[in-house]
Amino acid sequence: MLAAILIMTGIALVLGATLGYAAVYFKVEGNPLAEQIDAILPQTQCAQCGYPGCKPYAEAIAKGETEINLCTPGGDDNTRKLAELLGREFKPRGALVEKLKTVALIDEQTCIGCTLCIQACPVDAIIGSSKQMHTVVSRYCTGCELCLPPCPVDCISMVEEPRTPQNWRWKYPVTGLRVVA
Amino acid sequence: MNLKIFTPRGGVHPDSHKTESSETPIRHVPMPPRLIIPLIQGSQGSARTIVTVGDKVLKGQCIGEAEGADGTSIHAPTSGTVTEIGRYPMAHPSGLSSQSIVIEPDGENHWITYEPLDPTTANRDELILRIQASGIVGMGGAVFPSHLKARSKINTLVINGAECEPWMTGDDRLMRERAANIVSGAAVLAHLTGAQQTLIGIEDNKPEAIAATRTAVDDMEPVARECLGTGKMTVIVVPTRYPTGERKQLIHVLTGIEIPPSDRVTKFGIQCFNVATAHAVCRALLHGEPMVSRIVTVTGNVKRPGNYETPLGMPIADLLAFCGVKPNTTHVLMGGPMMGFTLPNLDAPVTKGCNCLIAASKELFPPPPSEQPCIRCGECVDACPVNLQPFELYWASRAKNFDGAKYHRLFDCMECGCCAYVCPAHIPLVDYFRYASSEIRARDEEQKAADQARMRFEFRSSRLEREKAEKSARLAARATETRTKSAADAALIAAAAERVNEQAQIEPSLQDNAAPLYDQQT
Repeated sequence: MLAAILIMTGIALVLGATLGYAAVYFKVEGNPLAEQIDAILPQTQCAQCGYPGCKPYAEAIAKGETEINLCTPGGDDNTRKLAELLGREFKPRGALVEKLKTVALIDEQTCIGCTLCIQACPVDAIIGSSKQMHTVVSRYCTGCELCLPPCPVDCISMVEEPRTPQNWRWKYPVTGLRVVA
Repeated sequence: MNLKIFTPRGGVHPDSHKTESSETPIRHVPMPPRLIIPLIQGSQGSARTIVTVGDKVLKGQCIGEAEGADGTSIHAPTSGTVTEIGRYPMAHPSGLSSQSIVIEPDGENHWITYEPLDPTTANRDELILRIQASGIVGMGGAVFPSHLKARSKINTLVINGAECEPWMTGDDRLMRERAANIVSGAAVLAHLTGAQQTLIGIEDNKPEAIAATRTAVDDMEPVARECLGTGKMTVIVVPTRYPTGERKQLIHVLTGIEIPPSDRVTKFGIQCFNVATAHAVCRALLHGEPMVSRIVTVTGNVKRPGNYETPLGMPIADLLAFCGVKPNTTHVLMGGPMMGFTLPNLDAPVTKGCNCLIAASKELFPPPPSEQPCIRCGECVDACPVNLQPFELYWASRAKNFDGAKYHRLFDCMECGCCAYVCPAHIPLVDYFRYASSEIRARDEEQKAADQARMRFEFRSSRLEREKAEKSARLAARATETRTKSAADAALIAAAAERVNEQAQIEPSLQDNAAPLYDQQT
C-alpha cells in the first residue's frame, strides 16, 4: 500500500517537473496557428478585410474574432482552405468578379512628388523622394490599390500584368458537344 | 560494330505518314516581302536589339546580341533594311505577341564575310562563345541554347537522328543530303565536350539516311577526324517506336541507362544534340555561317509537301502559300501531330524551333470522337514510356487536385501523348496534364510572390516600429535637455536676483524707502 502510494507520487512528481520544464524552456513564441493562416492568405496587404494587413487579419482569425471570408483577393478558394484548416464552416463571399492581377502604374508626367503613395504602400514597392518623380517597382507590387486614394493628382492607375509565354496558362479542357445528324 | 540495343517500356507505333514529304529533295523558298524575327526564339534565351529602324543589314549580320549567359544571338536571314521594331504574334499556343525585328529584303541575299574558326586550334571558350554568337539552339523543337549544353564535360555524346514523330522528315532529308556536315558538327561537339564515344541513333524506317550517315562517318573530313582524336563515332540503328526521339528515351535505347526524369543527362556523363543542331554547329564554326535558316517539313493538306530550307522570320502563311495549301484546310499544326499544337495565328513567323508544319483537313485529321468516361482500363499505363499512371494523373488534374497530380509525378510527364493516342475513351489526357502543370507552375509563382510580399510587409512594419521608437526616444531626449536647460536658467536667474537683493541690503542709505529691487518670489 505504502509502496504504491510512493510510486504514484514519484511518477507524478517526475512528470510534473518535466512538464514544468518544457513549459518554460520549449515555449513557442508567437501564435503558430496565426502563422499557418497567414501562409494561406495572399499577402496582398490590401486591408480590404478591415485589418491593416494579412498578418493582423490572420491573428484576428486565430483568436476567433472575425469571419474567415473577408479576404477579397484570395476569394472563395482561400476561404475554403481556411475552413479546412480551422474546421470552420465555409461561407461564400457572395458575387465577386474574378479579377486579373493588376499592378499600379504612376503616370510620371503628372506625378508631383508628394511621397503620399510611398507612405501608403504596404510593401515598399514605390520609390522616389520629395519633389522627385516616383515610380512603382512592378515586381514587388501586390495590386492592393492602397496608393490610389492618397494621390492628390490621381496619377496612379492599375494596369493588368502583361501576358508572356512564361505566365500564360493552358485552359481547362472542355469537350465540345458532338453534332448529331 | 554492333552494339546492344535496349528497349524501354511503353511507346506506340502510329502511322508514320513520312513518305509524303521524304521523297523530294530539300527545296529553297523565295524570299517573302518581309521577315519578322522575334527577339525570343524559344522559352529561354533572349537577345537585345543592336540595330535601329532604317539600318541596312547583310545576311548573317547580328541584329540581336545574346542577353546574359543564357541568351542566344539572332541574325538577319537575308540582306535588306530594318523597317520596324515592334510586337508581332509568336508561333506559340497562346498566340501572344513578342518584340520582333522586321526586315524588308533587298533581293540580293548578300552574305557577311565568313569568319570560320578552326576547332583544332581555337580554344574551347572561344568556340563555345562562337556557338552562342551564332545563335545556335536545339533544333529538335526544344530550342534550348546549345552553348550551355556544349559546355558540359561528358563521356558519351548522343546525336539524335531518331525523328520519331509521324509526318516529320526534316532530319531524314538532312541526313540523306548533308550527312558530312552533320558528322563534322558532331565531331566538333565531341571535341568540345570531351566525349570519347559518339553515338548517332537513327530509326530503322530511314534506310537511306542510315546509309548516307554511315558513308559520311567512314569518309570523315580531315578536320572532323582531328577533332574526334581517339574518340569513336558509331551510327546505331534503333527500332522505330514513338517516342524514341525524346532524348532520355534515345539515351536509354542506345546505352541502357535509364535517366530519372528529375535528373540531368550530364549527371550520367551523357549529352544529346539533334542532327540539325550538329549541322548548324558545323556551318557556324567550320564555315562561319550563323543560323539564318532552318529546314521545315511542310506536309499534310498541301499540294507540294516536302522539306523547305526556310529563312527564319518568314511568315508561316507565306510558306504555306508557297507549298500550295489546299482551301479545305481546317487548321495548321506546328511540331508534329503527337506533341505539336494548333497554331492560333498563321501570321506568326518561322522560328528556330519550327521543325514541322502540318496542314490539317477533316479527312486527314478527323475531329476526335467525343470523350467517354474513364473506366481505368489501364491502356495508358501500358503505353506510358516514363512509367506513370496517366489515368491517376487525369483524375487528379480533372478534379483540380493539384497536390494529387504532383503526388502521381505530373512533372515527370513529357507530354508525349502516347496515353491519349491509345485511350479507348478518347480522353485528351495531355490537355489535362498541360492545364494542371501550367496551373501548378503559376500557383508556385504566386506563392513565391506572396512570400516576398509577406517579407516586405513585415520588414516595413518593423521599420515603422523602429522609426516610431527612434522618434519618441529623440523627443524624450530633447524634452530632458530642455528641462535641464530651463532648470539651469532658473538657477542663474535666482542667483542674479540674490545678488541684486544683497546689493540693496548693503547700501540701503542710497535707496531710502525703496522696496527690494527684485522679488525672488515673483
